[in-house]
Amino acid sequence: MATKTATLPKKKGKKKFVPSIVAFACNWCSYAGADTAGTNRVQYSPHFRVIRTMCSGRVTPGMVLKAFKLGADGVLVSGCHFGDCHYIFGNYKAVEQFDKTKGLVRTLGLEDGRIRLEWVSAAEGDRWGQVIDEFVDQITKLGPSPLNPQPKFEE
Amino acid sequence: MDATVEQLKKNRVFLCLECGKCTAVCPISRYNKSYSPRRLIAEGLFYGGDDLYSDQLLWSCLTCQLCSQRCPVDVKYSEYMRDVRAEAYNRGEWGKPTHGGALHHVMEMTASPTLKQKRTDWIEKGLKTKKKGDVLYFVGCLPYHQELFCKDFDFSPVSIAQDTVRILNHIGIEPVVMENECCCGHDLYWLGQLEKFDELGQQNIKDLKKTGAKTIITACPECAYTLKEVYAQRKIGDSGIEIKHISEVVAENIGKFKFTEQAQTISYQDPCRLGRYMGIYDQPRQALAAVPGVELHEMPRNRRGAICCGTTNWMNCGATSKRIQHGRLEEAKATGAETLVTACPKCQIHFRCSECGDESQKVGIQLTDFVNVIASALKG
Repeated sequence: MATKTATLPKKKGKKKFVPSIVAFACNWCSYAGADTAGTNRVQYSPHFRVIRTMCSGRVTPGMVLKAFKLGADGVLVSGCHFGDCHYIFGNYKAVEQFDKTKGLVRTLGLEDGRIRLEWVSAAEGDRWGQVIDEFVDQITKLGPSPLNPQPKFEE
Repeated sequence: MDATVEQLKKNRVFLCLECGKCTAVCPISRYNKSYSPRRLIAEGLFYGGDDLYSDQLLWSCLTCQLCSQRCPVDVKYSEYMRDVRAEAYNRGEWGKPTHGGALHHVMEMTASPTLKQKRTDWIEKGLKTKKKGDVLYFVGCLPYHQELFCKDFDFSPVSIAQDTVRILNHIGIEPVVMENECCCGHDLYWLGQLEKFDELGQQNIKDLKKTGAKTIITACPECAYTLKEVYAQRKIGDSGIEIKHISEVVAENIGKFKFTEQAQTISYQDPCRLGRYMGIYDQPRQALAAVPGVELHEMPRNRRGAICCGTTNWMNCGATSKRIQHGRLEEAKATGAETLVTACPKCQIHFRCSECGDESQKVGIQLTDFVNVIASALKG
C-alpha cells in the first residue's frame, strides 16, 4: 500500500508537520493486526507509537488524556470487532469509556478528530495500515495539538 | 533529612503528645485499622522518613481536619501530610488516583496558556451572564464532572452551575463567566504537586485580574478556600478580589429572595473545606431555613464534628471510602430526612457513587446540592 504522508513531494519553503500519534492496541486483535501488517510488509506511515493493552476496554479516559498531556497530537484506540472480543464484552466497555473520553477532550477544547476508535482484527494487516494512514493524514491537517510543546516538522 | 525536619517544625509536629486522639476520630482509621495518623507522625518523628515516603497510606489522608480539631496541641496534620506528599512526589512516589487519573490530567492541562477550552456549553437560554463586570462566577471542574459522571450517576453536575447563575440572576446579579477558566489547583496542592499548583495559581490570578471583577462567587468550597486562602499562603500573588461561597451570598441577600412553598425534610452535610477550613456553618443553614416548608434535621455529627464524604483529591478511593460514605448516608437517613443536601459538588458525586450498584446495599436517600434546593424554590 502506498503511503500518503511519507511519499508526498516536499514543498519548498513550507515545512510539513509531522504528527506524534499514540495508538492503544489490544493484545488479541489490533496488536496482532499491526504484527500482521509488519509480516506482510505493508507500507504505511511511521508517525505513531503503539502501546499494547490487554483489552481496548482497559483504555480509560485518563490514559488518553495523559497522552495528550505529554504532547501527543492524536490518540487512536483500537480493539477487536464486536463479537470477537477475547473477553466477550471488552469492546463494548471500550465504547463507553471512549464516549467519556470524547466529552472530556471536547471540553478541553481539542478537536474531535484528534481521537479515534477503530476495530482491527488480527488478520487485517492491510486495514491497520489504512487506518494509520488515514489518521495520520487527518492529524496532519489539524496541525499540532495546543498541548504539544515541540511539534516536529519535516526537514 | 532536612526536608523532613522542616516539615515537622513547620507543622508543629514536634509538639505531638502521642495521645492518639487523631487516630481515635479519624474516619479512615475507623474502618482501616492499618491507617493511623499517630503512627504516620511517629514514623516521621522517630525514623526519619524514608519508609514514610514510600508508604501508600500517605495518600489515603482525607485532609478533612477532623484530627486537627481534636488535637490538644494543634498539630497541623493535614498540612503535614501535604508537605510529606510534596517530598514523596519529588522522590517519584504517587498514590492510586481514581478514574484513571483523568481529572488530575485535566487539572494539569488547564494550566497550558495555549489551550482554548470549550467549557461554557452549560449556559442555557434564559441564564444571564456577561463577559466583563463586577461579579464573577468561578465554575470550577463542573463541566468535566458532567462528562465523566453524568451517565453513571444519573445526575447533572452542570445543573449546579446553572442553578448558581439562576440564583444570582434572581437577586439581580449578572455574573461574568470566564470562557477559558483554569483549574484552581486545589487537588494538586493537597497532593503535593506544588510547582504545578503555583503555575495554575499565577495563570488564574492573571486571568481573574483581566476580567476586572471585584467579587468572585463560587459554588465549590474547594475553589473558594483555594482562591481565598491558599493563594495568599503560597504567596502566589494577591488578586485583591473578594471571594465568597454562594451560601454566603444567599444568606446576605436573603431578604431579596422570593420563595415558593417546598415540602421536604432535609439533612445537611458540612463539606470540610466550607466548614472546618473556612468556618462557614451558619450561612447555608440560614439560607435553607428561609425556604418555607423545608425542615432541617441535623445529623448527630454535624458542624465541627461532621464526617467527610470519604474521598478527597480523587485519590486512594476504596472499600474504606465506601464504608465511610455508607455510614454517613445511614446517619442522614436515621434523622428521618428524605434528602441529604451538601454544599460541595464532590461530596455529592462521592455519595452518589456509594449509592450505585446493588439494590440491597443502597441506603435509599436522595442527594442534592445546596444551590439546587434554593433554585428550585425560587418564585418566577
